[in-house]
Amino acid sequence: MSYHVDEHGYYGEFGGAFIPEMLYPNTEEIRMNYRQILEDPSFQKEFRQLLKDYVGRPTPLYHAARLSEKYNTKIYLKREDLCHTGAHKVNNTIGQILLAKRLGKKRIIAETGAGQHGVATATVCALMGMPCVVYMGEVDIARQAPNVARMKMLGAEVRPAMSGSRTLKDATNEAIRDWINNPVDTHYIIGSVVGPHPYPDMVARFQSVISEEIKTQLEEKEGKRLPDYVVACVGGGSNAAGAYYHFLDREEVGIIAVEAAGKGIDSGESAATSALGKVGIIHGSKTLLMQTADGQITEPYSISAGLDYPGVGPLHAHLFRSGRGEFISITDEAAMQAGLEVSKLEGIIPAIETSHAFAIFKQRAFRPEDIVVVNLSGRGDKDLQTYIEFFNL
Amino acid sequence: MPGPFRIDFDSMNRIQEKLQEDKKILSIYFTAGYPRLEDTVPIMEALQQHGVDMIEIGLPFSDPLADGPTIQQSSTRALRNGMHTELLFQQLQSIRERIHIPLVIMGYFNPVLQYGVEAFCKKCQEIGIDGLILPDLPLREYQLEYEPIFKKYGLLNMFLITPQTGEERIRQIDQASEGFIYMVSTASTTGAMEGFGDPQRDYFERIASMGLKNPQIVGFGISNAQTFEAATRQAKGAIIGSAFIKHLTESGIEDIGGFIKRIR
Repeated sequence: MSYHVDEHGYYGEFGGAFIPEMLYPNTEEIRMNYRQILEDPSFQKEFRQLLKDYVGRPTPLYHAARLSEKYNTKIYLKREDLCHTGAHKVNNTIGQILLAKRLGKKRIIAETGAGQHGVATATVCALMGMPCVVYMGEVDIARQAPNVARMKMLGAEVRPAMSGSRTLKDATNEAIRDWINNPVDTHYIIGSVVGPHPYPDMVARFQSVISEEIKTQLEEKEGKRLPDYVVACVGGGSNAAGAYYHFLDREEVGIIAVEAAGKGIDSGESAATSALGKVGIIHGSKTLLMQTADGQITEPYSISAGLDYPGVGPLHAHLFRSGRGEFISITDEAAMQAGLEVSKLEGIIPAIETSHAFAIFKQRAFRPEDIVVVNLSGRGDKDLQTYIEFFNL
Repeated sequence: MPGPFRIDFDSMNRIQEKLQEDKKILSIYFTAGYPRLEDTVPIMEALQQHGVDMIEIGLPFSDPLADGPTIQQSSTRALRNGMHTELLFQQLQSIRERIHIPLVIMGYFNPVLQYGVEAFCKKCQEIGIDGLILPDLPLREYQLEYEPIFKKYGLLNMFLITPQTGEERIRQIDQASEGFIYMVSTASTTGAMEGFGDPQRDYFERIASMGLKNPQIVGFGISNAQTFEAATRQAKGAIIGSAFIKHLTESGIEDIGGFIKRIR
């Protein structure tokens, strides 16, 4: 079985491009060009150079000795939290803005939930001197003030999404509407492995630098290129796609996807799409998504703003449906405790998204000889207020 | 019985019959369940009574990507009012006792997928719906998976083209269509624009000169007699959506005749 995208943009039964005709020329232009652009040596040279000098790659693969001791297995952390802007998101925005330039685009738009992708987009727009509009739900703007300020400092315009539930899914709708209204000069930098083909594949390719580095670094440290498990949190799923990418076809590498259970799978306040979702269409992609029996998309919940997306990238829907990936959901409470534990044991405060991934060690046993790589997708500075309130710090 | 892929004159769909009439078509879109849940049928009766040629019944969706604020808000409101697919079908159950003009359901693909595409199409046929417009159901997927189902239940599927749609793709869409081509007047979401400029006039002329087998009906940006006249100079007809929703928001369903008289 293949876990990579096919020529029509599908991962098994998931993916495709379910978009109104108004978006067809936009996505078609990217579809026709992205592989060629990405494979062009001059593109690769510029992309790699920026990842090295500007983002700070390669990020370390760190043996977490105390955490390993506690859970009696060998745990490595892939330190995406050390990327410029504090998370893996910038790998993708660097790639997409270089692609946008090669397509002759003059203006960049993006959606953001917690603001991480918005900041990563505003950052590369500043770097390239391109105008940037970031759509953000009105509700999220109110609760993520520091990231809104960062985007403004970086020269981006933050436009509130006032429709629907005024959160990430509505910000995405508004960005898509902007793109419909500006089909020629604008490139839409989607922040995850979601959206119509070819976005899920393109974003996964930009993020695949994560697993590429893991292979090399693991060989240096362990004398082997393949871990036993790769663990990542999944909202839309871009950090996970990057961490899994070069291991997808190696069935001996276990793939573990950690979703946000929120207040519990059956609480009505959850974002565990694999458990609660059904096949449907969201943002141009056929995938698993949380919806009513009538096909209306519902609003998910997680304490982590980066995981409360009602869908999941089509690659992940395929990994779930095919059984290639092991999907585990983690509650707010368990994630927050895991975040605190990693802070105390390793001196690293993880983003709450990533804290969900760490919580699996309490839920699932590994053998002492297993090598488990956790993708530490982002740092916790942005979440300090949530940690403060949760633990009464 | 005609075969599922053949449409002969006897089995001609109401849309096809209407398109053969020697007149410009005025089609009106409204969101089912808006402004009030029970307004669906009264709105349709008023539209027919005041000489509208075709009605597009909007099936509301939580995330209407191609729509601007007016239709979005009407959809949100309709859902809050309690509109859902099965209820719409119940409201339309005996609609053909009163409404004789062509009826199209317009909506997004996900609610249709959840209802079951075949069950949805079957229900449409029972009620007397003539066609569907599902902007986010792409041509390729339609042809691969759903075309035989649509045909089995006598439903026409209308595709959109825009000023950015390339000639080759327009010809593909023309080949795949059997009713009309929904010609989006401008690169925009619904309700985004007032009046037409030179780019629209050039586009209308370019499409008219292509000699397509399907007539074209223009949508997006039509709100009054002037824009209706401009849109239908070459095209067979025009669709009004956002402007009608705005009228319903401001005036309720009592003065639908007044709105239609201002169009033609």
